[in-house]
Amino acid sequence: MREITYTEAAREALAEQMAVDPSIFVVGEGIGERGGNFNTTLGLYEKYGPMRLRDTPIVERGFVGMCAGAAMTGSRPVVDFMFIDFILDSMGELLNQISKIQYMSSGRIKMPIVLRGCIGIGGAAATHHSGSYYPLFVHIPGFRVALPSTPYDAKGLFKTALTGDDPVLFLEHKLLLNRRGPVPEEAYQLPFGQAAVIREGSDATVVALAIMAPKVREVCDELAKDGLDIEVIDPRTLAPLDMATILESVAKTGRLLIADETFGPCGIGAEISAQVMEQGFDDLDAPIARLNGMHTPTPYSPSLEAAIIPDKAAIAQAIRDLVAE
Amino acid sequence: MINATDELGAEQLLALYRVMVLIRRTEERLARAHQMGLVPGPCHTYVGEEAIATGVCANLREDDVVFSTHRGHGHALAKGVSPRAVAAELFGKATGCSQGRGGSMHLFAPEIGLMGTSGIVGPSILQGAGAGYSFKLLGSDQVSVAFFGDGAVSNGAFHEGLNLAAIWDLPVVFVCEDNMYATEVAFRDATRVQDVAGRASVSYDMASVRVDGNDVMAVYQAAEEAVSRARAGQGPSLIDCKTYRTRPHAEGMRDGGYRTAEEMESWKARDPIAAHAAWLIDKGRASAAELEAIEAEIKATVDDAIEFARSSPFPEPATAADYIFSRGA
Ligand SMILES: Cc1ncc(C[n+]2csc(CCOP(=O)(O)OP(=O)(O)O)c2C)c(N)n1
Ligand SMILES: [Mg+2]
Repeated sequence: MREITYTEAAREALAEQMAVDPSIFVVGEGIGERGGNFNTTLGLYEKYGPMRLRDTPIVERGFVGMCAGAAMTGSRPVVDFMFIDFILDSMGELLNQISKIQYMSSGRIKMPIVLRGCIGIGGAAATHHSGSYYPLFVHIPGFRVALPSTPYDAKGLFKTALTGDDPVLFLEHKLLLNRRGPVPEEAYQLPFGQAAVIREGSDATVVALAIMAPKVREVCDELAKDGLDIEVIDPRTLAPLDMATILESVAKTGRLLIADETFGPCGIGAEISAQVMEQGFDDLDAPIARLNGMHTPTPYSPSLEAAIIPDKAAIAQAIRDLVAE
Repeated sequence: MINATDELGAEQLLALYRVMVLIRRTEERLARAHQMGLVPGPCHTYVGEEAIATGVCANLREDDVVFSTHRGHGHALAKGVSPRAVAAELFGKATGCSQGRGGSMHLFAPEIGLMGTSGIVGPSILQGAGAGYSFKLLGSDQVSVAFFGDGAVSNGAFHEGLNLAAIWDLPVVFVCEDNMYATEVAFRDATRVQDVAGRASVSYDMASVRVDGNDVMAVYQAAEEAVSRARAGQGPSLIDCKTYRTRPHAEGMRDGGYRTAEEMESWKARDPIAAHAAWLIDKGRASAAELEAIEAEIKATVDDAIEFARSSPFPEPATAADYIFSRGA
């Protein structure tokens, strides 16, 4: 199969869907002629023009709120926000309006809006360009949250986001954007709420999110040389979350680690851990473990930045500790 | 009306020149360092816009405060942050003005009134207004300055911040650096009203003036009036500075397509430093030899700053989560 980058894969889904659905339009800063800060819309302006690829002023609250109104009236807006840090100005629109209007209209109004862009730490981007924040959205009823880790998943999940009727946060870890992987040329969708078992094993289960998925898998391939046989699960979407696949794996391995680059407190690891205790306690042979980035704003200097994210050595150690419990 | 710039002595006129040259030469070296991989993160230069920070900050006391943007090296240097501390910060070193936590977009030196540059567009305007509120509440005659770009003018923060400062007569100077583009989006495509001074006066009843942002004397004059007004308790002002950045939005970014070579050349011909030099010599306020001496002095300062940055240590990893909360509580 041909290999393309993560960004190209998501762009292919967008291009395919824009070709068949004239109600889709994209807003953002530099997503018109320029093709997006991360090349997310490259080549589309030439095809579809400014009504459908709309460069905006720097008005995140404005365009997120405006897109809510557009989504309520027949359009399918895609908000291309660059870094998730930038849409924090629109939290009122997101949490008070976008997540609630389907409910408050008793299902008569739909909210098909996709918010997409970068998350994650890397490249000395410092604290206003390194946020992840997805646990906030998972906490709120009414959002779908997709966190693809491969080009294949990016294309399939983006396609699903663009064809569904719910608000979706489609979050792309900045260090994944240029990674290549096999992606079918034909159109396909991946359902939300279906985790991928990206490595099979029997000694322990690691649930790994976003950039942690490839990192953890590489570590586990190395640990295999020492006879450790680890299963790795990438949930791919956090809302909905495929607990069945995780529980099934824990039933097999008896041990669980959740590896997530972003903060631990009230995070995805805490949620998965609680659900496994509620639904799979008897399967556990050891306490559930979490591995998270440090609970701090993201520092700039490479020496500090590296210190706050779990590196491969920390991942390997966490897995060894878990298996030794 | 007395023209504030008429009263400037030769020393002050040369000081304006010195600060502009300091900003320019520091950033040229930082840009080169970025190309060499010595600046690990983003780097937005102020090249072409130096007259604004210089003309404004020359009117400030050390205890006046400045809130800045992602393009803040010039504001930091003009407010008095040492080139060593700025360069070391961009190099990610422990000796930087933010101890390596911030980099180019997060420069802090509150000891001398640099209250932060910001990676997010907009907050400088609101925080600038808030500092004005604080000074009024506490009965201080300090003044607050908020710098921001044309890109921030369409943002709610601009409208909300200006309105609050106006209704409460806060001692704030809003300084718009209209360099015609927000990244690659032209200001003319972001608004129907590029007259930022007009927006302040018509929409918020705020004293405002439009100036040639490449003319350090014009900026100085406007800032002198605005700062005096604020210090006298007569409320906020806005200075709408028309200018141009002559380097890409950020180092390492391509710079094609959205603006023409002619436009670039026409602005380069209006370089604020060359213009001030020509004015000084033309008016007989300085000699070419004096200006050359300043260049030489600045070159030594910047060489020293870069060497300091290069040889300083990186921060200790164990300090990564220090300072999240206040100490001693
Ligand atoms: C809230 C927010 N949205 C988007 C960005 C990305 N961004 C960084 S600088 C910039 C353009 C800013 O333009 P302007 O205010 O005119 O300042 P200039 O860069 O021209 O000095 C944009 C869109 C950001 N930093 N913050
Ligand atoms: Mg601008």
